[in-house]
Amino acid sequence: MKMVIFIILFVAYITYSAVVYTKGTKSNIQLPETEWAKVNRGKLLYQQYNCTSCHQLYGLGGYLGPELTTAYSDSLRGETYMRAFLKNGGSRMPNFHLADTDIDALVSFLKYVDQTAVTYKHK
Amino acid sequence: MSNNGSHIISHQNNKAAKAFLLLALSYLLLGLVFGLLGALQYIFPEFLKANLSFQKTRPLHVYLVITWIFTAAQAGIYYYLPTIAGRPLYWQKGVWLHFAMQSVISVVVVSEFFAGSFGGREYLEFPPVMGLFILLSWVPFAINFFATLKPKYKTAPVYIWMWSTGILFFFITLSESYLWLFDFFRNNMIRDITVQWKALGTMVGSWNMLVYGTGIYLMEQLSGDKKAAYSKLSFFFYFLSLTNLMFNWGHHTYIVPAAPWVRMVAYIISMTELLIFGNIILQYRKSVTTARKNYHLLPHRLLTFADIWVFITLILALIMSVPAWNYFTHGTHVTVAHSMGATIGINTMLLMASVFFILKKENALSFQQYRKWISSGIYITNGSLLIFWLSLLASAVVEIKGSISNEIFFYVMQKSLPYLRVFAYSGAFLFIGLGILIITSYKIAASKTQVKQKTLKRTFSFSPEQTVGVKDH
Repeated sequence: MKMVIFIILFVAYITYSAVVYTKGTKSNIQLPETEWAKVNRGKLLYQQYNCTSCHQLYGLGGYLGPELTTAYSDSLRGETYMRAFLKNGGSRMPNFHLADTDIDALVSFLKYVDQTAVTYKHK
Repeated sequence: MSNNGSHIISHQNNKAAKAFLLLALSYLLLGLVFGLLGALQYIFPEFLKANLSFQKTRPLHVYLVITWIFTAAQAGIYYYLPTIAGRPLYWQKGVWLHFAMQSVISVVVVSEFFAGSFGGREYLEFPPVMGLFILLSWVPFAINFFATLKPKYKTAPVYIWMWSTGILFFFITLSESYLWLFDFFRNNMIRDITVQWKALGTMVGSWNMLVYGTGIYLMEQLSGDKKAAYSKLSFFFYFLSLTNLMFNWGHHTYIVPAAPWVRMVAYIISMTELLIFGNIILQYRKSVTTARKNYHLLPHRLLTFADIWVFITLILALIMSVPAWNYFTHGTHVTVAHSMGATIGINTMLLMASVFFILKKENALSFQQYRKWISSGIYITNGSLLIFWLSLLASAVVEIKGSISNEIFFYVMQKSLPYLRVFAYSGAFLFIGLGILIITSYKIAASKTQVKQKTLKRTFSFSPEQTVGVKDH
C-alpha cells in the first residue's frame, strides 16, 4: 500500500513537472532578434558577476541591495539610475568597471525582466 | 561473522562516519565565519569591499552552511547504517571515495568564489560544471545506502523511507536546477524562475528528508520506543512531507506570473508538515522516561530546542503564507528570518543532536568532561538565535513600511540600521555559541581516551533486534 501511494505521488510529480515546464510557464513577450541577443548576454553577465548575491529577481537572491524585478519601470529608479550604479558602483556595491556594451546588455536584460513582471505591477 | 570481525568492520565504518562528521563541522565553522563577515558588511558597507565583498561572502556562507546540513546528515547515515542493516557498509572504499570527492569539490568551489568565478544562480552560485561533480560525489553514498540496507519497504521504518526519498530527490532536483542551460528554459524568464524555485524548493525538501529522518531515528534511539517509526501517524507525516516536497514550492511563486494553480493548497500542506513534526517530537517527550531523558540529556535538549523552533517557524510561515501579506513580506528580511529559524533552529539543532549522540557513543568519558561546555553552547546558540531572528523581523517591518510609503532603498536601509546592528552583534554571539559546540565536538573526537575506551570496552556486535526492514544475507 505504501509503495502504491509513493508511485502514485511520483507519477503525479513527473506529470505536474511536465505541465509546469510547458503550459504553466508560457510567455508572450516578443522581441527583435538583436534585442534577444542583448538580453541573453545581459543575463549571462548578471550571473557572471553574481548579482544575485545582493539583488533579487522574483524573490530569488540576496537582500543587501534592492529588488530589481521592476527597477526599470520604477519611478524612483529607472534606466538612468541603473546605468549610474552599473558605471560607478555605490556605497555597498563595488565598481565592476563594466564596459559600456556590458552595461547596455545588463540594462536590456533588466528591461526584459520588468516587462515580464505583470503580477508585480497589478499589485 | 565473528564478534571480532564485526568489531573491526564496525571500527572502520565508524572511522569513515567520524571523518564525515568532522568534515561537516568544518563546513559549519567556515560557513559561520563568512556569515559573520557578511553580517558585518551590512553595518560597515566598506568592510572588505575591495577584496571580499558581499558578492563573495554570501555565496561562501550559503555554500558552506548548505553543505554542512547534508554532510552532517550523510555522516549520521553512514554511522547508523551498519547497525540498522545488521551488516557492514557495502562499499567501504566508496565512503572514502565520497569523502575525497567532496573535499576536493569544496576546495575548488571555495577557490572559485575567492577568485570571483561564479555561476550566479541562487544557492548554486558556483560555475555549473561543479554541479555535475557534486552529483557524481553522491553516487558512492547512494550505492552504499541502498546496497547496505537492501531495504524491504513494506516493513521498513519511516526513517528509511525518508532517507531513500531524500537521496532520490537530491539527484532529481540538482539535475532539474541545471535545466536553465537549455535554451527552452533559459530564454523564457518566467519558465526559468519558476523551474528554479521548483527545483530549489524540492531540493530543500530532500535535505529535510535526510535531516528529519535522522531526527526520527534519534528519537527512536533515545526513547527506546521502536513502534513510533512504524506508526500510522509517522507514515501519514511522511507522505504529507513527500507531497509537500513535490508540490509546495508554489508558495514561493506568488509574485511570478506563471499559471496560478497550486499556490495556496501547496502552502497549507507545508504548514501541516511542521505541525505534525512538532507533534511527533512532543509525543516523544511525553513517552521518554525520566532516567533515559537524563542519560541522554544534551541530545534531548537539542531536540527540545528544535521542537521550539518548529513552532516559531510555523507561526512565521503561516503569516507569510497569506497572499495579501506575502506581497509585503516577500523580498524583506522576513524570508531570511524564516530560513534562519529553519536551518539553524531546526536543522542544525537536529544535526547537532546526532553529532553528540554519535560522539557520546564513541567516547562517553570525554563527552562527560565537556558536558558543561556543550550545555553553554546550546544555550548561547539558542538565546542569540532568538535575538538574531527578532532583529531580522524588526528590520523587515521597517522595510515593509518603506515599501508602503514608496521610499528609496537607501533610506530604508538607513532606518533599518539599528536593527541590522543587533542582527550582526547577535550573529557574533551565534558564532560563539555554535563555535563552542563545534570546538567541543572536535575535542571529544580527538580525545585520547577514545582509543583506550575502544580497546577496553568495545563489545559492539550486530544483534537481531537491531535489524529492521532489511533483507537477510
